Amino acid sequence: MSDPSVATAVAPNREGDALVSVTDLEKHFPIMKGVFRRQVGAVRAVDGISFDIYRGETLGLVGESGSGKSTAGRTVLRLEKPTNGSILFEGRDLATLSNSELRKLRPRMQMVFQNPHSSLNPRMTVASIIGEPIVEHRSLTKQERRTRIGELLELVGLDPSHANRYPHEFSGGQRQRIGIARAIALDPDFIVCDEPVSALDVSIQAQVVNLLERVQDELGLAYLFISHDMSMVRHIADRVAVMYLGRIVELAPVDQLYESPKHPYTRALHSAVPVPDPVVEGQRMRVILSGDIPSPANPPSGCPFHTRCPVARDRCSVDVPESREIEPGHVVACHFADEPGW
Amino acid sequence: MLKVDDLHTEFDTPDGIVYAVNGVSFEVRPGEFVGVVGESGSGKSVTMMSLLRLIPMPPGRVVSGSAKFDDDDLLAMDQGDLRTVRGGKIGFIFQDPMTSLNPVLSIGHQITEPLKLHLRCDRKTANETAANLLTMVGLPDAKQRLKSYPHELSGGMRQRVMIAIALACSPQLLIADEPTTALDVTVQAQIIEIVRNLRDQLGTAMIWITHDLGVIAGLADRVIVMYGGAIVEEARVADLYQRPQHPYTQGLLRSIPRLDQKGSTLESITGTPPSLYAAPTGCTFAPRCPHAFDRCLREVPVSIAVGDDHRVACWYDTDAEAPRDV
Repeated sequence: MSDPSVATAVAPNREGDALVSVTDLEKHFPIMKGVFRRQVGAVRAVDGISFDIYRGETLGLVGESGSGKSTAGRTVLRLEKPTNGSILFEGRDLATLSNSELRKLRPRMQMVFQNPHSSLNPRMTVASIIGEPIVEHRSLTKQERRTRIGELLELVGLDPSHANRYPHEFSGGQRQRIGIARAIALDPDFIVCDEPVSALDVSIQAQVVNLLERVQDELGLAYLFISHDMSMVRHIADRVAVMYLGRIVELAPVDQLYESPKHPYTRALHSAVPVPDPVVEGQRMRVILSGDIPSPANPPSGCPFHTRCPVARDRCSVDVPESREIEPGHVVACHFADEPGW
Repeated sequence: MLKVDDLHTEFDTPDGIVYAVNGVSFEVRPGEFVGVVGESGSGKSVTMMSLLRLIPMPPGRVVSGSAKFDDDDLLAMDQGDLRTVRGGKIGFIFQDPMTSLNPVLSIGHQITEPLKLHLRCDRKTANETAANLLTMVGLPDAKQRLKSYPHELSGGMRQRVMIAIALACSPQLLIADEPTTALDVTVQAQIIEIVRNLRDQLGTAMIWITHDLGVIAGLADRVIVMYGGAIVEEARVADLYQRPQHPYTQGLLRSIPRLDQKGSTLESITGTPPSLYAAPTGCTFAPRCPHAFDRCLREVPVSIAVGDDHRVACWYDTDAEAPRDV
């Protein structure tokens, strides 16, 4: 039996204003050295990214480890204070809001974490984990709260009678369901999902992804879905942004990004992902990148990707490529993105 | 070349005995590339560790079974003989390149160690061979790299060093336990390319353990699918992906999204993997199986041949949509 989730993705409402609008967002972590802890440099984890997220849509954010995708997600929710740039949430800039104003907005934006083992307090019961945001932000009676917790558990496919159990009594997939129930407890508009299924077994991943899709449909949620799994992002996202060394190198509607990727890095990522089909695998073109992702504390000059790019030219090591919209909704940061085939 | 027969491995835990491997039998032929797929807890790693007697005992114990490598039984031979096999005739690559290298010894020391030990090389030849090995796995400046320590290398480079160590004594069989799981996809693609080339060059037989059905699709000759400490299906790679016979294999293939296709809803396998705190009395997949019937709960399925080189351990024939007549 499979989850009765609805297959159709909600089409992003482009006419309306974006729910979340991120502009030139930067997050640099200082590197301190010496006796006086002087700052000697910075890890440029997020280095000027811009994107919009519309109501009810899923923006996928893919990248390798060290690309800054998790920091981007945390900074968008202002779990990290941005170094520069703005994050408009329905027109209000989260980057400059005071803590008390921010707190009023918190119920509207939530997060699902990667590791369901460390993101749930082992000493709290499921009811108190899911009930905590309700206690903090809503004034419900004990009875109302209990009813709400029961509803939430049912919504995520758990038995409401298990509300008084502790996290260790649940499997990884069930714990991730608890994390999702906590995230939707306050009826948010926007959830950042930071690798929500990577820690789960393959046969469980589909259950949780289907749940996320069903909840999105029922509650009209917008997701920022952060993942290193290109196949999973293709499945769940409406639009996809590809990050490399703190920058977005390409952003496009999902089919465009997967059918006709323009950035050499996106193409390399594509060819690196194995397909579970020996026939397809036998025929694929492979672009094998050399080396590893450089350190964000000391990023290369010019285009951050030029050190590994199979088609880099002289200009790439000097000029930083601007993000250009080459087709409606398809943004690429590469000097030579419109040159055909290589 | 390697023939494993009815292997059983158990672990004592505070909560009782865990029956990790329950009657696993398979073989690997010379030069063959075998992929072993399974989720965590399916017994894939424990099976391979049991073969080389790398299971910590106690709490672990190999209860019964045999593992014939050429003509010797790996499970019965004495420690001294076993030592000539480990790292000599059989190489092992572990999952985590961060913890499986010794942080206080140089890369050179760690690659030359098996050379000196098994092949009785002198220092000069050992160093030359080590440099050649590093070049072979695609590490630039091999001579310089020999002096580096593990912390100076990235994850992908460390995994290359691990491969170089495993290959040092030209083993007949190389066992790789999730060698690319801890790596990024672009680095994983590099490692897979290296392994593909090495295999064509050296003709070493390989066992590649993974949870990723994608990784082995382009690598393996034959695939073994494990679930709940047992082999549920084994087949040539094309057969397994095109005509999967076990409900678990079928469910698994339907539940993973594909990069080259825009799917609609993912079909998921309901329920959770089994706990293995009791010796199985029926099929371990039965509680999650859409086709399960009373026999599945009563009898542990036997391995049934369903085609050339294709075996499945299931009482239900999904092609005929009826219980099997065995």
